[in-house]
Amino acid sequence: MTTTTEPVSDETEPRRSWLKEHSELGVSVLLLVLGVLVLTDALTMDVDIAQRGPVGPRTVPIVVGAGLLVIAALLAVDVLRGGRGEAESGEDVDLSEPADWRTVLLLAGVFLATAVLIDPLGFPLAGALLFWGAAFALGSRRYDRDPLIAAALSLLTYVVFNNLLGVPLPGGPLMGVL
Amino acid sequence: MNALNSLMDGFGTALSPLNLLWAAIGVLLGTAIGVLPGIGPAMAVALLLPVTYGLDPTAAFIMFAGIYYGAMFGGSTTSILLNTPGESAAVVAAMEGNPMAKAGRGAQALAAAAIGHFAGGMVGTILLVALAPKIAELAVDIGAPDYFAIMVLAFIAVTSVLGSSRIRGLASLLIGLTIGLIGLDQMTGQQRLTFGSLQLADGVDVVIVAVGLFAIGEALWVAAHLRRTSGEAIPVGRPWLGRGDVKRSWKSWARGPFIGFPFGAIPAGGAEIPTFLSYVTEKRLSKHKDEFGKGAIEGVAGPESAASASAAGTLVSMLTLGLPTTAVAAVMLAAFQQYGIQPGPLLFEREPELVWGLIASLFVGMVLLIALNLPLAPLWAKLLRIPRPYLYAGILFFAAVGAYAVGGEAIDLVILLVIGLIGFGMRRYGLPVLPAVIGVILGPAAEQQLRRALQISDGSVTGLVNTPFSVTVYVVVVLLLAWPLLKKLIKRGSSDRTVDA
Repeated sequence: MTTTTEPVSDETEPRRSWLKEHSELGVSVLLLVLGVLVLTDALTMDVDIAQRGPVGPRTVPIVVGAGLLVIAALLAVDVLRGGRGEAESGEDVDLSEPADWRTVLLLAGVFLATAVLIDPLGFPLAGALLFWGAAFALGSRRYDRDPLIAAALSLLTYVVFNNLLGVPLPGGPLMGVL
Repeated sequence: MNALNSLMDGFGTALSPLNLLWAAIGVLLGTAIGVLPGIGPAMAVALLLPVTYGLDPTAAFIMFAGIYYGAMFGGSTTSILLNTPGESAAVVAAMEGNPMAKAGRGAQALAAAAIGHFAGGMVGTILLVALAPKIAELAVDIGAPDYFAIMVLAFIAVTSVLGSSRIRGLASLLIGLTIGLIGLDQMTGQQRLTFGSLQLADGVDVVIVAVGLFAIGEALWVAAHLRRTSGEAIPVGRPWLGRGDVKRSWKSWARGPFIGFPFGAIPAGGAEIPTFLSYVTEKRLSKHKDEFGKGAIEGVAGPESAASASAAGTLVSMLTLGLPTTAVAAVMLAAFQQYGIQPGPLLFEREPELVWGLIASLFVGMVLLIALNLPLAPLWAKLLRIPRPYLYAGILFFAAVGAYAVGGEAIDLVILLVIGLIGFGMRRYGLPVLPAVIGVILGPAAEQQLRRALQISDGSVTGLVNTPFSVTVYVVVVLLLAWPLLKKLIKRGSSDRTVDA
């Protein structure tokens, strides 16, 4: 909700700060794209097959798609008029600092790597890598303690879920050896 | 008394040694996760969902009830000792509880909160026992148009009562409805938004959506703005109350439930409004008005009792109508759907053992909660010192376990991350998360009821409003929608008057 007008030196600056100020318009664009996507999917649907009742499978998607377009427009108007969505605060959230994109990207990368590795490596290894990687991305640098905690947590979770709670998780080669 | 007999049977179920064990584990896990800073009840319940996957439904929901109450109690501990409420309902607990803790009365604040939870939960659950079967009986005849009306009410209420911007609430709801559309159309088998992918034809599991939006979204959002200096938690001993404290608190404990319960049952944002109402009431009625803001015990006792009772109220509309009024109820509804159980008026007829076992275990859970948590409070307080990298790495870890456990597919982890990134963006731009979750859960059901209703009426729109029940609900919807306009008119009217005067 802050409207900081920083002093500008050259000519590209005002435009950039205007965009930064109105970055919420991006949400509007995304909603618009989503609306178009839903509408195209609904309108290109082949509904000759067995339509039961007066309302077919297209009706609700068309309503939702149209709703998305309307909301995209309303949101754009609201943002241009100076409305701002309030960023969420929380116990560990410090909004006075700019967003730390490096951490977010690292975390997303670690998570994707887990998705790739969980089947070949099995849960105990992939899970441990996920925990250690995420803790590392978040700034923990205890090379003696972090991997141990990660391994213990992952192994314990595997045993509790797989053996005690009856929720199957892939053991992977490690469990094959043990 | 039919309900009493059923409840007794329920106790028979809940008190079997194994179910008692699940309830105890649920309470302990719920409290431990709820105490952790940054984890609200909704995230706690979503993260603990996979724990129950291997259990039969009755045991799972008994454990769930414990998790729910435990997480709520844990949240208030965090507010009192750390002064950084993770969710709006805990704000009030921090307002008086934290000054108390700072003045060395943390033990009393925790005890007032714990007993408040106990009292509120007890009264709330008794009201639940008295009211829920009656409501279910009344609702048993309601048909498709009525269900559709209730769901429209849920959509409108969740977007216009919560949050500061209706446009953003609606945007969130539409995002949720869109996710809910993905997959095969339930009535015709038509593929929608699947883009030919076999993975998407099954639809996106609601558990993945809930965990993605609540847990991954939150963890990424906090990671982007991690406070480098965490607040110091105030150490605390075993909670206890002196006679003076009890004398000041007992009326507040008794009043809280009657403020909390009704608000929990209607879609008005759960515990947020009743805790504030209770706080204001206690402040007005207190003989120690000057202490408010500096650590008045009534300001902890009343609102905590109200919050706990509102949780019971939430269960009334969740169990009898299948209508989730809070984020936690939304996640619980998702859990019911996991077992192929549809909460609603017929639930009491079809699954009496489960429902009454669940309700009885609410009582058991509360007794366990107070018996375990008073002595364990100093231990819970230690959890507040967990290093933040471990905390958020742990959230990601358990979110991954939960999503993978749903279907044993690695691709679900990718979908989870994508939904988590959506949740991140929503937090950045102030789109509330709850409408999206409600949209995913209720969207497909609402569509089915709509189509069923129109099928019966042969396509005539009057088929949606041909029962007194549905008309009443739509009147409420219109009132909700018109409320800002009405408020403006009232304000203008009163300001005109002041100008005249």
